[in-house]
Amino acid sequence: MEKYTGKKVFNGVAIGPILFYSKEQGQVVRRHVDDVDAELSRYEAAKAKAVEQLGELYEKAVQEVGEVNAQIFEVHSMLLEDDDYNDSITNMITTQEINAEYAVAMTGDHFAEMFANMDDEYFQARSADIKDISDRVVSILTGKGNNGDLGEEPVIIVAEDLAPSETVKMDKSKLLAFVTQLGSTNSHTAILARTMGIPALIGIEIQKEWDGKLAIVDGKEGILYVDPDETTIMEYRKRKKEEEERNELYQTLKGKETITQSGQKVHLYANIGNVADLATVLMNDAEGIGLFRSEFLYLESQDYPTEEEQFQVYKRVAETMAGKKVIIRTLDIGADKQVDYFDLEKEDNPALGFRAIRICLSRPEVFKTQLRALFRASAFGNIAIMYPMITSVEEVRQIKEISSAIKAELQEAGIPIGEVEEGIMIETPAAAIISDLLAKEVDFFSIGTNDLTQYTLAIDRQNPRLDPFYNAHHEAILRLIRMVAKNAHEAGIWAGICGELGADMELTETFLEMGIDELSVSPGCVLPIRKIIRDVK
Amino acid sequence: MVAFNYTITDEVGIHARPAGMLVQEAKKHPETITLKTAKGSADARKLLAIMALGVKQGDEVTVEVSGENEEETAKILQEFFSANL
Repeated sequence: MEKYTGKKVFNGVAIGPILFYSKEQGQVVRRHVDDVDAELSRYEAAKAKAVEQLGELYEKAVQEVGEVNAQIFEVHSMLLEDDDYNDSITNMITTQEINAEYAVAMTGDHFAEMFANMDDEYFQARSADIKDISDRVVSILTGKGNNGDLGEEPVIIVAEDLAPSETVKMDKSKLLAFVTQLGSTNSHTAILARTMGIPALIGIEIQKEWDGKLAIVDGKEGILYVDPDETTIMEYRKRKKEEEERNELYQTLKGKETITQSGQKVHLYANIGNVADLATVLMNDAEGIGLFRSEFLYLESQDYPTEEEQFQVYKRVAETMAGKKVIIRTLDIGADKQVDYFDLEKEDNPALGFRAIRICLSRPEVFKTQLRALFRASAFGNIAIMYPMITSVEEVRQIKEISSAIKAELQEAGIPIGEVEEGIMIETPAAAIISDLLAKEVDFFSIGTNDLTQYTLAIDRQNPRLDPFYNAHHEAILRLIRMVAKNAHEAGIWAGICGELGADMELTETFLEMGIDELSVSPGCVLPIRKIIRDVK
Repeated sequence: MVAFNYTITDEVGIHARPAGMLVQEAKKHPETITLKTAKGSADARKLLAIMALGVKQGDEVTVEVSGENEEETAKILQEFFSANL
């Protein structure tokens, strides 16, 4: 048994034979041509064919990995149409009287090298994109090239490098894993592997002799075993089986509605804390984002994030979710999340202290910057705003005054804004108890059960000595949730749960019975909860 | 000729996708549009040339527009930059 360690791209286990994948293009030979015009037309025809293929790949990729990830193929088409690229090729054909494939290969190498020498990792990785488009045109011209046919048996692909188009072209049912020597965790191929959910490793010295040998890819630990021994195989078979059971659940539930057998529908959204989590939201087929914690913008920054910085992030999330609901919670700093530049005084009891909306209303300039960024981003998708730590109607009115002023300001400046639902977190007992009054002021409620439980039971969850006194299903909490849902519905608004309790599968049926309209859970819980809901009679 | 300066806020800089969008936008206008950075300059209609500038987050670019409707085109481009880059 041989064991190799590489960089992880995507978790998951694969066991199967290795297929050593090579481009089989061979050397492109330089040939003299007599009819330069004919050669130019040959090139133009091949380019047109390449653009057509990229269009098809784009369509396939949209289906398999979503529009944002598919856009790389549009960029490829544009690169093929680039003036400098085409000038270089046509010039070589005309002045040197040489064959089109050679001109394309040389031009591709030249531009790829230019990017490879840049000092930024992102731009270096684009070298692979240039090579990819050039290889495509060369394959069309020579009529050779690998067509992505992987044979009958599912295989682990081992290759020096894989272009994004090759990755998409491969038949996914025959593909167990990728192992490549080159490429970065940032490359489009790596992103595609993650989105398609295929275990992948990079940075492993590959050997042609591995072709046909049995191997195990452990995407979680970043290990490749070639010729594994019997014990290792048994262990990984077991892990693989567990994984397959999960995947089966995924496959059957993706794209399905979250609806009980009697027809009660629930919006099943995901909670995320960073832009990087978006891929897992899409992979797990969440119907939207029910809680986007905006704190990371503040926690990862050395100073107050600017309106523009925030706008870019919110816009990206809204665009990626492509019209699905994205509920963004405004700043919830304070208590356990401290940021130096906010210069907050030390408190004896931070959980009951200066935090969240209390900071925002005391420092309206910080709040307004965030709201402006949010409303501007709302033109690019379906954004809703949620305000945390509410205890009174007065606070909500104050917030609404500020948010209306900002909307008016933007409209006056001619900046487009979308339809934005504005709601509040119900996470203090006070808010739950006056939820009938609050419901008249807002568009929705989202129950933050973590804080609501801590405040209602007066139990600090960080203190293990209190565990014997803690009951997550305490009747007081369930009564509050029921009351909030009832008050919301009487006022004609919707109520959801975004705390940990939302993912508590023992309570899912109870929440359905209470008429909860939305559950927002960690991405990995979306499909298991969808299953429970769909099984309810 | 009119010109404006813009500081890139996108976290990866002028990467492939927005560069592609910029080219599409530039091709809609007959004016000459040039992107200038500390490293050099590029015609806004040329994708590879723009990407080769390797513009990163925090870099300042100068956008020069010259031609018949330069004022108006510069304004449209300014909006494009703040919305996409």
